[in-house]
Amino acid sequence: MASNSCGGGSDRQMAAQHRLSVIAGHLQRPSGSNTAVLAAECKGQGSKPFVSSENRTVPRRRYKLSGMIIPGLKDWMENTFGATLQHKAAATPALNSSAVPPPTLNEAFVEELKSTGVPFSADAEDRVFRAHGHCLHEIFALREGKIGRVPDMVVWPNCHSDVVKIVELACKHNVCLIPYGGGTSVSSALECPPEETRSIISLDTSQMNRILWIDEKNLTAHIEAGIIGQDLENLLNESGYCTGHEPDSMEFSSLGGWVATRASGMKKNIYGNIEDLVIRIKMVTPQGVIEKSCQGPRMSTGPDIHHFIMGSEGTLGVITEVTMKIRPVPEYQKYGSVVFPNFEQGVACLREVARQRCAPASIRLMDNEQFKFGHALKPQVSSIFTSFLDGLKKFYITKFKGFDPNRLCVATLLFEGNREKVLQHEKQVYDIAAKFGGLAAGEDNGQRGYMLTFVIAYLRDLGMDYFVIGESFETSVPWDRVLDICRNVKARIIHECKDKGVQFPPLSTCRVTQTYDAGACVYFYFAFNYRGLSDPVHVYEQVEHAAREEILANGGSLSHHHGVGKLRKEWMREAVSSVGMGMLQSVKDYVDPNNIFGSRNLL
Amino acid sequence: MASKVVYSPRDPMLKKRDDFEDVLEERRRSGDLRYALRCYSPVLYKGPTTSKASELKTMVLQSDQLHYVVNQVSRESGVPLDDVQAEASVILEEMAHRLQLSTVRFFAFTLSKVFKAIFRSICVNEEGVQRLQQVVQEHPVVLLPSHRSYMDFLLMSYLMYTYDLPLPAIAAGMDFMGMKVVGEMLRMSGAFFIRRSFGGDKLYWAVFSEYVKTILRNGFAPLEFFLEGTRSRTSKSLTPKLGLLNIAMDPFLKGEVFDVSLVPVSISYERVLEETLYARELLGVPKPKESTSGLFKARRVLSEDYGSIHVYFGPPVSVRSLAEGRVNRSQFSLTPRHIPRRPSEDVHSFVNDAAYRLVRAQEENMVLKPWVLLASLLLQNQGAGQNRGVPLDELIQQAVWLRDLCRQFGAFLHWPDQIPSSEVVSSSLSLHGGLVRVSEDRVYLALEQEPHCSLTAEEELLSQAVVVLSCASYRNQVLHVFLRPALLAAAIHTASSSQKQEVYSSFLFLRNMFSNEFILCPGAAVQDFEEACYLLTKVGALHINQHEVLTAERGHRTLAFLTSILDPFLQGYQMVCSFLCEDATQALTERRFVPAVRAFIIKHLLKGRLRYPEVLSSDLQRNALAALLRLGAVQKVQGGEESGTLKVNRVMLNSLEDTLGGRLSTQKALRAHL
Repeated sequence: MASNSCGGGSDRQMAAQHRLSVIAGHLQRPSGSNTAVLAAECKGQGSKPFVSSENRTVPRRRYKLSGMIIPGLKDWMENTFGATLQHKAAATPALNSSAVPPPTLNEAFVEELKSTGVPFSADAEDRVFRAHGHCLHEIFALREGKIGRVPDMVVWPNCHSDVVKIVELACKHNVCLIPYGGGTSVSSALECPPEETRSIISLDTSQMNRILWIDEKNLTAHIEAGIIGQDLENLLNESGYCTGHEPDSMEFSSLGGWVATRASGMKKNIYGNIEDLVIRIKMVTPQGVIEKSCQGPRMSTGPDIHHFIMGSEGTLGVITEVTMKIRPVPEYQKYGSVVFPNFEQGVACLREVARQRCAPASIRLMDNEQFKFGHALKPQVSSIFTSFLDGLKKFYITKFKGFDPNRLCVATLLFEGNREKVLQHEKQVYDIAAKFGGLAAGEDNGQRGYMLTFVIAYLRDLGMDYFVIGESFETSVPWDRVLDICRNVKARIIHECKDKGVQFPPLSTCRVTQTYDAGACVYFYFAFNYRGLSDPVHVYEQVEHAAREEILANGGSLSHHHGVGKLRKEWMREAVSSVGMGMLQSVKDYVDPNNIFGSRNLL
Repeated sequence: MASKVVYSPRDPMLKKRDDFEDVLEERRRSGDLRYALRCYSPVLYKGPTTSKASELKTMVLQSDQLHYVVNQVSRESGVPLDDVQAEASVILEEMAHRLQLSTVRFFAFTLSKVFKAIFRSICVNEEGVQRLQQVVQEHPVVLLPSHRSYMDFLLMSYLMYTYDLPLPAIAAGMDFMGMKVVGEMLRMSGAFFIRRSFGGDKLYWAVFSEYVKTILRNGFAPLEFFLEGTRSRTSKSLTPKLGLLNIAMDPFLKGEVFDVSLVPVSISYERVLEETLYARELLGVPKPKESTSGLFKARRVLSEDYGSIHVYFGPPVSVRSLAEGRVNRSQFSLTPRHIPRRPSEDVHSFVNDAAYRLVRAQEENMVLKPWVLLASLLLQNQGAGQNRGVPLDELIQQAVWLRDLCRQFGAFLHWPDQIPSSEVVSSSLSLHGGLVRVSEDRVYLALEQEPHCSLTAEEELLSQAVVVLSCASYRNQVLHVFLRPALLAAAIHTASSSQKQEVYSSFLFLRNMFSNEFILCPGAAVQDFEEACYLLTKVGALHINQHEVLTAERGHRTLAFLTSILDPFLQGYQMVCSFLCEDATQALTERRFVPAVRAFIIKHLLKGRLRYPEVLSSDLQRNALAALLRLGAVQKVQGGEESGTLKVNRVMLNSLEDTLGGRLSTQKALRAHL
């Protein structure tokens, strides 16, 4: 995140440089304030596309979109939200250290910690940096320079035994520990409970980022849990392997975080979700280290203890090392896309694909609004010929095939494997699509669709500069309710916005992102222009709350992979029943009787 | 008394209602043919709509819901699947409507002619129409008109056509199918037909409910049905039937649509076409079977004046907002939605409450004509012999008093203030010339027959009762305004002391007793009590403090009026009780109950032991029986040789009768019930 250098060189050099600056930031006083970097970066990205036509580019080279001009974005923003360039909401430029409350340090703990040699810091910026995830209210507060309860200290253990020492000391001196991985939580899980009176230590796992071994016979790798997703993939790629676990947050999120929240990756159809990938987990708890005694691929030894760890959201201990499955890097990858006359047909097609169990590595269905958004992100085309071709395609789809541009929707596909099989697979999927009126719409559209996922998080920050706030949330739902939940939740969002006095029509859109045998994962995006509202975040929260109620009322789950954190705690009892809550509580009571891992998530 | 729920008194005088416009005015100015042939382009539901009736049928026949039941029926009965499927499509064929614009245009033409001939005006609140136009685009709509006349649904469709609103699919009773040509024409103007009873027929229920739900889900057309289930012969709103409402709410509860808008529509007739027909029916002359020739005989109505009609489209009620916090919708996600399930307890009580609320909304927006006040007054002051009836000037003075009371109670009264009261009264009297006579400046009910034939005493009584019941049906229109204060007035009258607690328990008893007779929302006893207290304190009839309910000096007139408006019902219920105690034989069944109790009452009336011929109303008798069954004073024997006979609990009936008559305190009576 902190890399602003835009030098040339290979991607690997770039990545290395990036890591270096992050590490540097952890170890010394950071060169610039991290929060400021965050905000400044949004602005840097945001203002440029608008200021002059020459500079309407996405900086840096991390994405395929980097450096390209996006001519449609401005119009889309204006038409969708009523946002204009004249109205800007400036972020607080830099962190004001005096706004950060002074740390409450447990002297005895600090003394003993010093003797272990584990690096730590009580610096304001380090602490603020680890006091938040990426929920809208958290980012909004940061932009406004509002800072609540933050950790009192940050520690950077370097390995499993460092963590053991820290947890022992924490128990001994009764301080509160909050594990910190990539900081990409969207469930308020990293928020420090304001009622916590003990010293809060943020345990940053970022230094535990090595691959300890690779076992090519069993296709497993033993990895320290602090490694960031993208780094893990890059490092494994060097040996010709990958994990295939690619959550949208993989640029920043960590392996430990994935395990702690029951993460799901884009390509789960081939590689599985985190619970399918994990072979062994090592977690340090106040009661000691929990781990299994063997690497058997499946066991019948009572309830799987891994399932207490996965989804524990930092309430039971720190995940330090994970043995997970690896796969050879696929020899061939191909994007694709299909246009459907309407969302109903699209969902029917996905359902059929799931029924025949022939889902490609990834298959996603965007609704019409999102299709238009993706369209707005289309970079300026390089030649008259391409733009002519685009026009022709549009003509073919809307006029010749009779698709209504305000109803059609698009599915994006990603195939992986050996070339022959991919092509065969591709044909199978396109054949099914054709039965539901789907038209193949090219690789380009598919690829852009996936990029959208990454871009959208940045666009939110850009939007905030123009009074637009938004967020995404997800759920999982049985197949027969997919259409209903999509329609009702979207309608509820629009309804609630109107109710709460939002002046402009909101963006309310959804995407079916994963298919399962018995259902699908649905993502909702929701954003609105908050000009004219005195407390936009409160309005936002009310709408999101209503949307979640609507999801639950329509048979959706509380969360598919974001987790519960503190944001969705209120529905937990309803979701798992009182007995279920009691079971979870009794585990917590045994493992961590003094609530050392006091993030108060989940329960 | 659990008066934690505080009734928040919103001043009923301030109740905002829209203004009316007369649709016939335009019709009188331009040609009917042109109107019938004009371009009709209704606003449509924004969602995906199917417009063809045939597509609708295919959707129903191919639905998972129907498939499931067809399979089930085939498995259980051993009938081959195809046969059951064929049976289902026969049922659907018999049920489904076939909307044709040409038929609608035909109706538009003829109805314009008829309406202009018999009605002075048809007044509609156009703001309500505009609201409807809005909501039709947003959500599936259910129109819920009140049901007082056959005219109702023709009128509704006529108005929808006039205002460029989509023509509704109307749930009609199968009895119309008997009228061959008319039945088919109704079908082609949007009516679909349901059998009156199909209790255990799973297949019929499945086809029917799926048909209705498909109409709603696909925004095919607004659905229209009568919450009261049948025409009210008494002009009192009937206890709502829940079947269709349950079905109509289902798509929302199961998440298949975002919301459903319920639009209560109040249709009030200054003079009901079926006025004396209803009275005869209530007195035991069986209802004539609907037949086309019968309809032509009705032609003489064309020469009469039926005054004006007021149609009030109430504000749409969102099912979503009704269900908010009441129903946990996630319960519908735990089993496949196409498997039919009985509604759970909470859903049932939710639908029931909603139904009552909607009927109340219909009642409140019914326009009341001056005549209903006159009818109430005349029924209370019949006098006898030389002093029969009321002097005209006294009647005018009383009517003005009652008008003001009504207004203070928030009634929707159309009393033209710009015209002198005497003229208002005399024009009302002349419109209802069949029911009242004015001679020597006295006004009285037209009870005497021409002396050309000699009638038995019983026949004479019955013919008088026809007039009284007709009049009572007009008085009944205003009952909902006075009901709660009247229950309180009666409670004060029967309570042994003025202790608030005592009065409340007396109120509670009466409210409970009459909850089959009047629309009293379940579970709203405290609220009703508070409302009654508030209204009567407001008009200065009562002083109410922490512990006592005291009659104010100038409250006697109001309280006397209110008690006597309820008196026929009190007497009637006592009559039914004493019949069951004294006269009921062993083999009394529910079917034979009405004739038997009627004979008993006629006897009492002839002996002069009972003043009110309106107790002869079979509606009242049935309601009383239903209440007694509910309270357990009478039980229906299930099974065995005596199946269907009524078993009477004499002790309890006696105590109920005494309590109704004020001879026993409610406290004791309540205890006796437990």
